[in-house]
Amino acid sequence: MPSQLINNYFRTNSLPHIWCPGCGNGIVTRSIVEAIDNLNLDRDKVCIVSGIGCSSRASGYLDFNTLHTTHGRALTFATGIKMAKPGLEVIVITGDGDCSAIGGNHLIHASRRNINITTIVYNNNIYGMTGGQYSPTTPKGDKGTTAPYGSIDTDFDLCNLTAGAGATYVGRATVFNPKLIVKLIENGIKNKGFSFIEAVTTCPTYYGRKNKKGSAVDMMRYLKDNSINIETAKKLEDNKLKDKIIVGELYKNIRPEYTDEYNKIVDSF
Amino acid sequence: MVQKELRLSGSGGQGLILAGIILAEAALLDEKNVVQSQSYGPEARGGASKAEVIISEKEINYPKVRNCDVLLALTQVACDKYIDSLKEGGSLILDSSVKNKPDRKDIDIYNVPILETAEKKLHKPMVANMIALGSLNGLIRIVSDNSLEKAVLNRVPKGTETINKTALKEGLNLIRKYKGEYYERQYRSNEINATELCQAK
Amino acid sequence: MKNKTVKLMQGNEACVEGALAAGMRFYAGYPITPSTEIAEISAAKLPRIGGKFIQMEDEIASMGAVIGASLTGLKSMTATSGPGFSLKQENIGYAAMAEIPCVIADVQRGGPSTGLPTSPAQGDVMQAKWGTHGDHPMIALSPSSVKETYEVTIKAFNLAEKYRTPVIILMDEVIAHMREKIEIPDKDELEIINRTKPENNFENYNPYEVKEGELVPPMASFGEGYKFHITGLVHDKTGFPTNKSDVAEDLINRLVKKVEKNTEDIVEYEEYFLEDADIAILAYGGTARAVKSAIDMAREENMKVGMFRPITIWPSPEEQIRKLAEKVRKIIVIEMNLGQYYLEVDRIANKLTEVHKYGRVNGELITPDEIISYIKEV
Repeated sequence: MPSQLINNYFRTNSLPHIWCPGCGNGIVTRSIVEAIDNLNLDRDKVCIVSGIGCSSRASGYLDFNTLHTTHGRALTFATGIKMAKPGLEVIVITGDGDCSAIGGNHLIHASRRNINITTIVYNNNIYGMTGGQYSPTTPKGDKGTTAPYGSIDTDFDLCNLTAGAGATYVGRATVFNPKLIVKLIENGIKNKGFSFIEAVTTCPTYYGRKNKKGSAVDMMRYLKDNSINIETAKKLEDNKLKDKIIVGELYKNIRPEYTDEYNKIVDSF
Repeated sequence: MVQKELRLSGSGGQGLILAGIILAEAALLDEKNVVQSQSYGPEARGGASKAEVIISEKEINYPKVRNCDVLLALTQVACDKYIDSLKEGGSLILDSSVKNKPDRKDIDIYNVPILETAEKKLHKPMVANMIALGSLNGLIRIVSDNSLEKAVLNRVPKGTETINKTALKEGLNLIRKYKGEYYERQYRSNEINATELCQAK
Repeated sequence: MKNKTVKLMQGNEACVEGALAAGMRFYAGYPITPSTEIAEISAAKLPRIGGKFIQMEDEIASMGAVIGASLTGLKSMTATSGPGFSLKQENIGYAAMAEIPCVIADVQRGGPSTGLPTSPAQGDVMQAKWGTHGDHPMIALSPSSVKETYEVTIKAFNLAEKYRTPVIILMDEVIAHMREKIEIPDKDELEIINRTKPENNFENYNPYEVKEGELVPPMASFGEGYKFHITGLVHDKTGFPTNKSDVAEDLINRLVKKVEKNTEDIVEYEEYFLEDADIAILAYGGTARAVKSAIDMAREENMKVGMFRPITIWPSPEEQIRKLAEKVRKIIVIEMNLGQYYLEVDRIANKLTEVHKYGRVNGELITPDEIISYIKEV
């Protein structure tokens, strides 16, 4: 039996979802509606925009104003919506390939504008929908179908990237700890500006199998054992942090929000 | 006048496109048909710049200059580039800074110190385009003085009205003076008689 | 008589004025010559009337933003030129598939690639029709004067709203950058069409449900209380994706048909001295100006030449071109490319009459004298 939360906010008639057994995407998607529920948002005013890829299918399952766009471009459509109707609460669902490879330019510019959009990236370190090619977040040395001898690309730290580009709320959590994901999304939505939440998720089918990470449970255990909260991490030496996943609220700042700035110009006439 | 085709040429930054627009707007005030266009390279300053204005009593279809009646050239480069397109019997208004005068006997050449007047007399190099406009209209009387002044005042920044009006008058005087000297030379060499001289002046 | 505003205006400026008159309230763009004035003027004017302007990080992003804004109910547009038009194509296809009204002004320049950025060309005629992948409807209009740019832009918005589809204004540098007289009509003289909205049926709203005998579904906006899904995937009437082959077939056919079946409503053209012509020149946009002058000259030499000028490029005025082909001895298609629209005219007319092409790709407007000599040649 689906929970009350699922019944309330999911388009249950569009389920079952397309995700594989052991995929963490469902956990992230549920976390998003839990955050929306906790914040008591008017769902008619919530607009969920996604790109292309496994994660981006989430928009179709959620009972809000939903827009499934082109590959990499979710943030551009979302920017149009937010600019046109700043009263709408715009949430972007994207994947690591979608937002940091083909859509990387849009990610840094949405951050720079500090436009009031909350972006949640489902980072599974791989292109899942196309069958396991390496992405910009595949750890260097790891394998994908297009990196059969190990990737030689240096991987992106998406949180550092968006914080550096001007986002005003940046956090990371793993699907092992959905409570933290919910908290970060809630705070991200409350932040008046561009918020970026990296949800580290599992892809046992492609990333796990290609890199001998074991079962879905093993991958979950890995997330549990290798996550360190930012507050703890601050007290540890660098060599203790190597290959660890730093989670929590990583960066906060207050800067003028884009649509506010634009409306000041409109109001000046 | 049925149709006049004019070309204003010089280098980017001399304001010739604006001069072309102003002339076109003056023609509009005179209730004539007009098309203004320009061509330019990638440079915003320097390079070769050209504005075209076609003023007609009929509908204008082809929007580019084909039979150039009047060419204004403020630089050597512009003069060299466009002189061949000036039709037989056409008029060339040439800034006196241009050293190599074109070798054409079939056109009238009016050599006037437009850039020098802007710089030395008015101490405002940027009004060279208005001087040029004054000279151009002084020569061919294509739009009424009233409309031209009105068109200038509609376009120039606030606070620069007086200097631009002065520049326009300077341009007109330059061409008058040149024409006067030109016809007196012709009178002295018996090419025209006293009545023709008076009429020309 | 009312006082009309008479102004000297550039083609690009007339495009913005037309857009504003049509109700454009959102513009997203990226600077590109020779279309940039459209962005600049929109940036200056839109905030003054509460409209929204945003300069996006690239061409793709501006097309995405335009679609997003249109989904909230704002009439939206962007402008670009060849290279940017290429970049926008995927999202233009999205707008066609998801049936999002929007207007794209493409001020054509010499190509391919960066080409001749400041010079005129008409090289995007086929790109406008086939630039995005898959079968899809396409409406493209090509103005031939500053005044017509104003009118065509209003028409572009009207058609976009009426048929829920992207509409291209195929301009060229000649018209975009030349200035000529325009009389701005009074607001109440203009016909402005707005998208049909659903009838407040919040619970049972299907975003792609078409009424019996109609081809265009009513359109809700985000934030109005309809919670619906929009996707570029093949979808059924509910808006949700499906792989069903019959649904896919029906959807694509409906998209194409909504333009095809309404060709009569969409098509606009001008005829010039065609009554007794035995040679017809077909030209559009800036090139048609040269052709008109050439025809005036030819008529003085008693040559029986006339012009057919499609204002609607896509869908092509097929019926009119066929009738013309039955009447004249020759059709010459003159354009600033090496024969793109010629392919369409030849397809329609080649069994009925001789079809010739004359094109230039030197970055200069074809001259009337060239046209006269080519007529004499054929």
